[in-house]
Amino acid sequence: MISLNEAFSALADPTRRAILARLAKGEATVNELAEPFEMTQPAISQHLKVLEEAGLIVRRVDGTKRPRRLARAGIDAMDQWLGMLRKALEANYDRLDDVLAGMDDRKKGKHKRGVTR
Amino acid sequence: MSETTTSKMTLTTEGDTHVIVTRRFAAPPEAVYRAHTDPKIIQKWLLGPEGWTMPVCINEAKPGGKFRYQWTNGKGAGFHITGEFLELEPYDRIVHVERMHLPDPMPDNHIETRFEADGAGTLMTMRMTLPDSKTRAAMLATGMEHGMEASYVRLEGML
Repeated sequence: MISLNEAFSALADPTRRAILARLAKGEATVNELAEPFEMTQPAISQHLKVLEEAGLIVRRVDGTKRPRRLARAGIDAMDQWLGMLRKALEANYDRLDDVLAGMDDRKKGKHKRGVTR
Repeated sequence: MSETTTSKMTLTTEGDTHVIVTRRFAAPPEAVYRAHTDPKIIQKWLLGPEGWTMPVCINEAKPGGKFRYQWTNGKGAGFHITGEFLELEPYDRIVHVERMHLPDPMPDNHIETRFEADGAGTLMTMRMTLPDSKTRAAMLATGMEHGMEASYVRLEGML
């Protein structure tokens, strides 16, 4: 189950965003993920736990290793929400341009345009 | 890149807790202000993507007045925003707080919206203040600003 609240709050941390960016390139072990950061492995593991609980990554068992990869469902759910927000904001203002043009026309005594359904 | 397009929306951050959105409109401040406070007009444009409607648009545009915007895609999905007006200065300025319900309420977003005459048109500036840097980061995780790392993954298909 994806919680958007948890997912966005997991993304509030720059280290976790960097981890996701790394995993976007493919599966990686905890050691590989810890490498670019000046952090202990437990600290990285804590970040991975947050990402996992948010439904953004999953782990696999490979011998003694537990490589992580992106959780498609979680990322998709977020993408859908994000895309909607950005698109919504831009679509809204484009629509408002038309509504305003209609208000202007009415003021000038022209026929209604663009504001009627 | 598209800076020559006067209608282009901008979105930037300021300090640790602010987000600034600007947008130019061809209409004068009075019209843009009314479009932000008259529920009949709001319902015509504050709709989000194609296919979404706002069946509930309650807006008491007076200091202390409440508003509630409720959206649906007609296929079972929906969400709503509630808020309160703090200050209204027709046709220059609106100050309000709002929070999105998903369905749990997100932290309050304090928003000051200014409408300034810009030639024959209007420059609208929204200054959002989030409670802390973490909340703002979460909001910016919406990828609205610069396509965050997580958005690299698969945003193309959506936008």
